[in-house]
Amino acid sequence: MKMVIAVIKPFKVDDVRDALVAAGVEGMTVSEAHGHGRQKGHTEIYRGAEYKATFLPKIRIEAVVPDELVAKAIEAIKGAASSDKIGDGKIFVLPVEEAVRIRTGETGLSAL
Amino acid sequence: MKRRFGFLAELKGAMAAVVALMVLSTAAAPTLALAQSNTAAATNTAAPAAAPAAAAPAAPAAPTPNYNATPNSGDTAWMLSSVALVLLMTIPGLALFYGGMVRRKNVIATVAQSFAITCVVTVVWYVCSYSIAFGTNPDPGQNKYWGGLGNVMLKSVTMDKPYSIAGSPVTIPEYVYMMFQMTFAIITPALICGAFAERMKFTALLLFMTLWSIFVYAPIAHWVWGGGFLGGLGVLDFAGGTVVHINAGVAGLVCALVMGKRKGLGHDNMAPNNLVYTMIGASLLWVGWFGFNAGSATTANALAGAAMANTQVATAVAALSWMAAEWVVSKKPTMLGMASGAVAGLVAVTPASGFVDPNGAFIIGIAAGVGCYLGAVFLKRALGYDDSLDAFGVHGVGGFIGAILTGVFADASINSAGKVHSALTQFYGCIGTIVWSGVVTFLILMVCKYTVGLRVTEDAELEGLDMAVHGEALHET
Repeated sequence: MKMVIAVIKPFKVDDVRDALVAAGVEGMTVSEAHGHGRQKGHTEIYRGAEYKATFLPKIRIEAVVPDELVAKAIEAIKGAASSDKIGDGKIFVLPVEEAVRIRTGETGLSAL
Repeated sequence: MKRRFGFLAELKGAMAAVVALMVLSTAAAPTLALAQSNTAAATNTAAPAAAPAAAAPAAPAAPTPNYNATPNSGDTAWMLSSVALVLLMTIPGLALFYGGMVRRKNVIATVAQSFAITCVVTVVWYVCSYSIAFGTNPDPGQNKYWGGLGNVMLKSVTMDKPYSIAGSPVTIPEYVYMMFQMTFAIITPALICGAFAERMKFTALLLFMTLWSIFVYAPIAHWVWGGGFLGGLGVLDFAGGTVVHINAGVAGLVCALVMGKRKGLGHDNMAPNNLVYTMIGASLLWVGWFGFNAGSATTANALAGAAMANTQVATAVAALSWMAAEWVVSKKPTMLGMASGAVAGLVAVTPASGFVDPNGAFIIGIAAGVGCYLGAVFLKRALGYDDSLDAFGVHGVGGFIGAILTGVFADASINSAGKVHSALTQFYGCIGTIVWSGVVTFLILMVCKYTVGLRVTEDAELEGLDMAVHGEALHET
């Protein structure tokens, strides 16, 4: 099992969700997040006064998937979240030790 | 040169006289000399603001009541509407315009300032400012500087007699004129709030505004509109470019200099919290300004129509020219830029609205948009003061541009009172207001500083005035 974490632009969240479901991902968790990458946010100018908006609004999606689905899930996110512009976001993959479905007590892949 | 600067001597005299009279203000006899003029000014072509400039002699003539003008229901209806429009400029117009530009923790405190000023100035106006500004001092020598105390608590405000202002009869009742002028007296101090936003004590605000409306606004309104010495110089100011905007702008600059910068300026993010509030506020100011400018005709006639057309043209052009200047310099056309430009255009066309034709208004709009952009962005940065919401950058600079250009573009075919016009005379008119407003504002700030204190504590400023001063907060929706 692996956890796929994607930090994406907020307005791409529905496209990414649809693409992940189409790729066979059963469930996911979404949270609102703020962050920056190499570009360090952007600058706003109000009557000549410049303010750096360092942390920009993002959406963080977490999905735990079987190992064989990881590549497909990454492709799905890449395809749906890309606008070819700076700030499209990042994907991280982490190993997951265990998963438990609370209602039934099932564990491992069958809990996903 | 001596003659040209003669008004400075007048000003010096005025300062001495007004200050002395304020202190010992029990002497004036409570009589209002009505219709004190033999100038049969045609009120349907000259604004009361302009009439003394055009026709009234410097020395008041012997009282010969003029009963030609009787209240006219059409004029009165328009002026009643104008009162409502100009009040709308302050609450909620200006409150929202400023409220959108501050940080989220100071929104309630900022709109509360406009609201409180509306209430305080209403009371002060009723108690004494109306009398000082628009009363007729029985002593002609004193009447050059202040209107006396004959109309304190609105005593002697006439119901049934023909009414005249500064010797010129008008076709609306005194109560309507008194209310119209009250809304001007309300918005002028409220404009200053932009200069000291996000850091003034509420007690200091109440004290400052009370004293400022009595000692700065009321005398200057008398000098220009109430029969005082500035009106007699031939200075053209249709709706209050000098009395309202230069006056408030200069007072704002003095406040910004005396109070110092907000904590964290240049380091903390001080971006506007909600430019939609600012856009709504600017739009209400724009609509309300029809009452301000077209209402200053005090009649429902072609001059009011011309003032309205000039107001619309100059405002639109100034919004576009500020936007264009900003687009060139910082690469983006902003909503804040358009809103600021619109207000700059409204300010600049104010003295000109009843004297120029729309071609003049067009040029005034371009000058105001670009000039105030430079004032708010570059002048402020170069000189390093924290005029937080650009009360001076927009009202001071815009008022000055408008006053000078009124002297350039005044057209006798729009208003015969503008037949004699000169940029130089306009300049002299500005100086009187700048000196008085600057000096007395400073004195009032000192009074506040050493009694109630001017600024909130650092902790309160950091926490935000909403919670620290008012115990209220703007919650997430």
